[in-house]
Amino acid sequence: MNDILQVKDLHKHYADVKAVNGVSFSVAEGSCFGLLGPNGAGKTTTIEVMEGISKPTSGEILYRGEPQGARFREQAGIQFQSTALQDFLTVAEQLKLFASFYPKGLSFDELVEVCSLEKYLNRDASKLSGGQRQRLLLAIALVNDPDIVFLDEPTTGLDPQARLNFWDLVNKIKSRNKTVLLTTHYMEEAYNLCDEIVIMDHGRIIAQGSPDALLAEHFKDVVIELPQSDFNERAVALVSYRVLEKVRPTVEIVTSDVNATLADLLSANVSLSGLQVRPRTLEDLFIKLTGKELRA
Amino acid sequence: MMRRILAMLHARNLEFMRDRSSLAWNIILPVLLVFGLAFTFSGDNKDQYKVAVMAEGLAANAVPVESLHPLLATEYINFYGVEDQDETVKKVSRHQVDMLLDLRPEQMHYWVNHDAVNGYFVRRLLAGSGGPEVTEKAVEGKEIRYVDWVVPGILGMNIMFGCLFGVGYVIVRYRKSGYLKRVSATPLTATEFLIAQILSRLMIVVVTTVLVFAGTNFFMDFRVEGSYLSLLIVLIVGTFSLLSLGLLVASRVKSEELAGGLLNMLTWPMMLLSGVWFSMDGAHPYLQKFSELSPLTHMLKAARAIMIDGASLMDVSYNLIALVVMGLVFIVLGAKLFKWTTD
Repeated sequence: MNDILQVKDLHKHYADVKAVNGVSFSVAEGSCFGLLGPNGAGKTTTIEVMEGISKPTSGEILYRGEPQGARFREQAGIQFQSTALQDFLTVAEQLKLFASFYPKGLSFDELVEVCSLEKYLNRDASKLSGGQRQRLLLAIALVNDPDIVFLDEPTTGLDPQARLNFWDLVNKIKSRNKTVLLTTHYMEEAYNLCDEIVIMDHGRIIAQGSPDALLAEHFKDVVIELPQSDFNERAVALVSYRVLEKVRPTVEIVTSDVNATLADLLSANVSLSGLQVRPRTLEDLFIKLTGKELRA
Repeated sequence: MMRRILAMLHARNLEFMRDRSSLAWNIILPVLLVFGLAFTFSGDNKDQYKVAVMAEGLAANAVPVESLHPLLATEYINFYGVEDQDETVKKVSRHQVDMLLDLRPEQMHYWVNHDAVNGYFVRRLLAGSGGPEVTEKAVEGKEIRYVDWVVPGILGMNIMFGCLFGVGYVIVRYRKSGYLKRVSATPLTATEFLIAQILSRLMIVVVTTVLVFAGTNFFMDFRVEGSYLSLLIVLIVGTFSLLSLGLLVASRVKSEELAGGLLNMLTWPMMLLSGVWFSMDGAHPYLQKFSELSPLTHMLKAARAIMIDGASLMDVSYNLIALVVMGLVFIVLGAKLFKWTTD
């Protein structure tokens, strides 16, 4: 697969902050590429330089092998983390306004259908709910039928239902063979949508690859979870564990041999009725790599 | 390019027209001011006597020395030097100046208008001052009502606020909210965006001003000696110049508070020193020079010359050229300095 976008040794420094500090990667055409990391990791700064919105301190961004220019602006669709629109315009008028800026694009009806905006076309755009507004902003990003779509934390602040709906939309875009570049601090979102991810922290890349490959590379184990109330003194001596402060405090045991651990627990007379076994997640990977919880 | 500009222009017009409160204010305020002032100043009540003086070595707007004539020692009369006799006689005929006193050797005349109440009093004061004899040259002429004189001022002030805040403030708001950043990610260029903003506001200001003028003129029958077309051209050129100034202010300001402060800093001196409410004749020469820097001064001078003196566009070409030059300088600088984002 060809690389549609290449980031080469990107640095972006503000007066006293090195927001991005030597980042390089390539985005394959037709893939969904995720930039992950906690708030302040440098995701938005990186994506804004990639979008051509801000200039790098040093380094280079190549779109189809060339520096971003007029061609890039015509072929890229962008959804910022937060965007204001002109007041007093309806959804339909907003779409037509942005469509007029481009020489070609999706037909109006197709755009409305892809983003499920049929019901809101005549509504004042400032009176949409969070999920509806994100769909409108996505429609604006798709108005020129872009080859590459940048989505900067598109589901932050959405309720779970709206987030799932948005994932469906992103999958629809992917099925049209578009390249999607996504930033998120939701690891689950990245796992479900992305073919390849980069995890950033403090302006640097700390891991890169497909989610499954990264998990396979870093973890050979699984996690067993038990209600803390079922755990007992005898089991403490047999397994290494940690306690998670949830609504029902939970004991988490990491093991690469599930059978042996279960045998130990049974021998300690621990009830297994509330037991769950789960695979390692990107969140675990993040904690392993950075030594800290996600600062979401 | 035209398609992008027209789309942006249309969207901006829709936004303005649908903002009912702002639209209403743009029309109601000037109408209220015109009627309010016409009512307040419906009498001949000028609050100060104005006597223009011509004397050897006396510069325009300079204060004449009292030794020239005993009348000049009278308090509460604004004596000031003039150099253009014909122009001042015209003002006497219109009751804008109460007397022209020509104290040059071999001249010793004075001009008053017998229809003017103030002219009568100043004439009596002159007769009783006991100085060297000065002979009368009466002039006739209908009074220019204050409202005839002030209506371009009120409309001009309204245009100034509409232009500076309408473009300046709106662009800063767009920038702060991130709308400009969104637009910058499209093929729309800064120049296209700015042209659309200026054209949109120009259309709105011209249409509302023409409506307000026509509406108030219906009731007050303003004196318009020159052509309405010339007046319209002055309106368009003046509005362009003020819009460009608003654009320059907004070119890279990030906060609405700073924009508000800067715009107030510009609009207040312009309102006071551009001859909106009272003539700058007789003001300190430095103030007069300073007021020449304001586009509003040139717009009002040109509009009043057309309305009151029946001037042609050629007669006011100096003011028109000043407006065009200022407008071009502001817009070129504004476009050069323009920033999409708050970075």
